Amino acid sequence: MSRRVAVVVFPGSNCDADTLAAARAAGSDAYFVWHRDTDLQRADVVVLPGGFSYGDYLRSGAIARFSPVMQAVVAHARAGGHVLGICNGFQILCEAGLLPGGLVRNARLRFLSRPVRVRVESTDTPFTCRYERGDVLEVPIAHGDGRYVVDPRTAAELEAGAQVVWRYVAENPNGSTNDIAGVCNGARNVVGLMPHPERRVAAVIGGSDGTRVFQSMEACHATQHAGDVRAVGGRHLRV
Amino acid sequence: MTAFRVEVRVMPRATLLDPQGQAVERALHALGFEVGRVRVGKHLELDVEAANGEEAAARARAMCDRLLANPVTEDFAVAVKAT
Repeated sequence: MSRRVAVVVFPGSNCDADTLAAARAAGSDAYFVWHRDTDLQRADVVVLPGGFSYGDYLRSGAIARFSPVMQAVVAHARAGGHVLGICNGFQILCEAGLLPGGLVRNARLRFLSRPVRVRVESTDTPFTCRYERGDVLEVPIAHGDGRYVVDPRTAAELEAGAQVVWRYVAENPNGSTNDIAGVCNGARNVVGLMPHPERRVAAVIGGSDGTRVFQSMEACHATQHAGDVRAVGGRHLRV
Repeated sequence: MTAFRVEVRVMPRATLLDPQGQAVERALHALGFEVGRVRVGKHLELDVEAANGEEAAARARAMCDRLLANPVTEDFAVAVKAT
């Protein structure tokens, strides 16, 4: 059965339609949820898309983080539900404390909108299980505040716990700590990344290196389901 | 209740690279000014009604903790002025 994927729309989101299309193309039952709604409509997966929610006022993601829908997103994440934040969505997840670290102005100040290369560092997440570790992908970035920063202790913990999910290769476009392009939380159910996989889901738009992010949402679920039959009370059985 | 103006200064963490500060520093050097390190932050003014200055400051600090500053990337300071 298809998974229900809620794509949250904030005022200023601009990658919501692409993200919905990418999830549907992968077979998901995807739909929009407005930021004022408090009901995720039995979502299996929540995706916070890219854009400039609330005009990036104060700090990117700082105001979106207090949107009514975010209480439901936090509850979903705390219950083990899968959450993906792309670009502005990643910034919101950091502001909400669902992911460690924060995203600040690019080291060379310029807004960057171009393809970059990232390596898949961990396949043990709901959004990368269809990749192989070490796969190098070409996906676009489009951000002014994409420099991922964490204190050295947290950075060491992220590395030790294999929580770095994607890493820039060849060049670090924004000055991120340890070339980090995407991370997950300790429980591995919440994932955020700055590049835009939804913009690389077909040859006609420049490539399909991002497709498996959305296929992973369906595939990892199927695998988990087989295990859950015996894993009574297992953490994959969401309430 | 008294009206207070609380000035909040939010600065990037000292340990973090501040590319805006560096750019301004280079621009000042280019103009011939002698200046050491420059850092760029934010200044906010909050009009608050409170019983006293301590209460006004405490409320502003709570606002910083919750929204105005990100503890991962920024430090803040509050200064209270009666209006």
